[in-house]
Amino acid sequence: MTAPSLGKDLLGLEPLTAEQIRLILDTAEPFKEVSERAIKKVPALRGKTIVNLFFEASTRTRISFEFAEKRLSADTVNVAASGSSVQKGENLVDTARNLEAMRIDMVVMRHPSSGAAKFLAERIPSNVINGGDGTHEHPTQALLDMLTVRDRLNRIEGLKVCICGDILHSRVARSNIWGLLKLGAEVSVCGPQSLMPRGIEQLGVTVFRRIEEAIEWADVLNVLRLQLERMQAGYIPSVREYYRVFGVTLERLEKAPRDLLILHPGPMNRGVEIDSRVADGPHSVILHQVTNGVAVRMAVLYLLAGGQPGLAEAAKGSGREADE
Amino acid sequence: MKPMLIRGGRVVDPSQDHDGVADLLIVDGKIEAQGKKLSAPDGAETIDAKGKVVAPGLVDIHVHLREPGREDAETVASGAMAAAAGGFTSVCAMPNTDPVTDNQAAVGFIVKQGAAAGGARVYPIGATSLGQAGKQLSEFGEMVAAGAVAVSDDGHPIVSSQLMRTALEYARSFGIPVAEHCEDPYLFQGGAMHEGTVSTQLGLKGIPAAAEEIMVARNILLAGLTGGHVHLCHMSTRESVNLIRRGKERGVNVTAEAAPHHFVLTHEACRGYDTNAKMNPPLREPEDVEAVRAGLADGTLDAIATDHAPHHYELKEREFDDAPFGVIGLETALGLGLTQLVDTGVLTLAQLIRCMSSEPARIFHLPAGTLRKGSSADVVVFDPDARWVVDPARFLSKSRNTPFTGWELRGRVERTIVGGVTVFSGAKG
Repeated sequence: MTAPSLGKDLLGLEPLTAEQIRLILDTAEPFKEVSERAIKKVPALRGKTIVNLFFEASTRTRISFEFAEKRLSADTVNVAASGSSVQKGENLVDTARNLEAMRIDMVVMRHPSSGAAKFLAERIPSNVINGGDGTHEHPTQALLDMLTVRDRLNRIEGLKVCICGDILHSRVARSNIWGLLKLGAEVSVCGPQSLMPRGIEQLGVTVFRRIEEAIEWADVLNVLRLQLERMQAGYIPSVREYYRVFGVTLERLEKAPRDLLILHPGPMNRGVEIDSRVADGPHSVILHQVTNGVAVRMAVLYLLAGGQPGLAEAAKGSGREADE
Repeated sequence: MKPMLIRGGRVVDPSQDHDGVADLLIVDGKIEAQGKKLSAPDGAETIDAKGKVVAPGLVDIHVHLREPGREDAETVASGAMAAAAGGFTSVCAMPNTDPVTDNQAAVGFIVKQGAAAGGARVYPIGATSLGQAGKQLSEFGEMVAAGAVAVSDDGHPIVSSQLMRTALEYARSFGIPVAEHCEDPYLFQGGAMHEGTVSTQLGLKGIPAAAEEIMVARNILLAGLTGGHVHLCHMSTRESVNLIRRGKERGVNVTAEAAPHHFVLTHEACRGYDTNAKMNPPLREPEDVEAVRAGLADGTLDAIATDHAPHHYELKEREFDDAPFGVIGLETALGLGLTQLVDTGVLTLAQLIRCMSSEPARIFHLPAGTLRKGSSADVVVFDPDARWVVDPARFLSKSRNTPFTGWELRGRVERTIVGGVTVFSGAKG
């Protein structure tokens, strides 16, 4: 039996099998420990060149990838291009070809257009990791969300997970839906109907119109950030009303029949989609998500670079020897 | 000009309800006779059309020839030759050029380029409003005098109902249709594909069917109000077809067209972010494709028009959001019609020819689409049984943006004749 691999790229969770997703989560486990050391470095990707190509502002995803790359001993370059490639004057094909000409090994890309990661991946032989493309997918975010849920509840299968907020514009929601469903969770979405994409239920999710119903149903809430520009664009009348009607508040959670695990991909709008008392409360795993983000990204980088799943422990071990 | 005798073909001429084996004689660029065992005059070129279909040259009332402005994508000459290769003998060029074709000089330029092209005849469509800005009417009278056959702001839908009303009224004075791209810009805003389950999965901003249907309803109501002739371009949704059907039942002067991609493809074609599946109106759902087919079959949709929209390859070689809308269609339309409409039993061969020749000619008042004695000898001869594989590298169009690469189609154009002159001669049969 051959071990599963990820192939050349990580473009989303939709194309992956449950086995491949589990492989990433399992591979992340041994890498968690690396970040807990005094000297946070293993040699697994020594000599590899990775470009972090960010066409959209991002703080935590970019930093998380950069830590993951550095802790695996890769050489990294950050390219921050503001605005779309078109505004920049150079198109994405040319950007890709130029990077390729510099003989790189991997690209992590965030881009405002859905499908941009696939576009790039089809045109260069390097590994491409989707760091978020438009409103399509953000696979590493969903992977770290699932790793966090698994850490706390010891399973994904059979859990009831509700994703709350602006589903229409959320790549995090889409990646979570694919990943959770493949691993056997029950998934629902909840938010204002004006921020609910057409036909979302055909992906296999339940739609709740009221947050109270979602809270009564769920084991896990993944609370999405409400982009404030959605209000200017007229999708919702006011942030105030959003909090009153859809906010995840302590009062609402106290009525739940069971304790809920609270996730948020960040950055949070306190007092908009989430009550500070919930974000800082005992059931919030928001910072645990951030910690897991580095481990999950190390796992993805390691696997795409050709690392053997079973050898992750060994790769880590040899690093320890070198470090000690 | 040598006389021409086309012998023994299956002559399909819906304008005369004719469908049967016959000879066709062309003299001095006109149809001289049709019948059995015609004898060739001295010096005549004789064409053996046994096993072939001989039909009126096809008519496409909706093409974009990109000249002036984007001659890298297409010119009037290359477009006219691509049309001829597709069996078309008359095409109507939309005015969203750069600068916009919104005055008699610009219309005259298209006429002149068309006459020099040596392919299909090219009829200009003038802009409805100056600069297609939707503010002030263009000079319809001057443009018609220079050769325009219709007006349209295609590509820039008319938002103001008042301007649309006035355009329909004013166009009556000249007996021309106002061809309109139906789209509510507020509902359309920033959309890249049909709003539905596929757009949800791909994370692309959707264009709801209602964006088209609202304007279809408005334009039919305004045609009813004014008595003007509104022609609705590239209808793509089931409710649009229903609205037109009801409008026609009420006697409104409304005509409509369907593009091949809308009776062949659904929004599923956008999966994988293929920018050659990005067009406006977007590819819709299977029920919409069925409705467009049914609309062609029952005459609700009068004509097939390609909306041939050439784009330079580098513009399509982009992220889906940034790629322009549109696909080329002149060289695949007949094959798609035969394969997707006739072979599936939606239309008979005669009905397909009608939708591609006599009907579009009728609604745009073009001297085309018939093999009646005395009419201009615009004829297509095609082998209905020849199968071929779509290879964009072989297109005469300057552009390659087709979603049908690699498709096997039936029906190969062997000869296209305009005014008694062979302007395209394909593979020998």
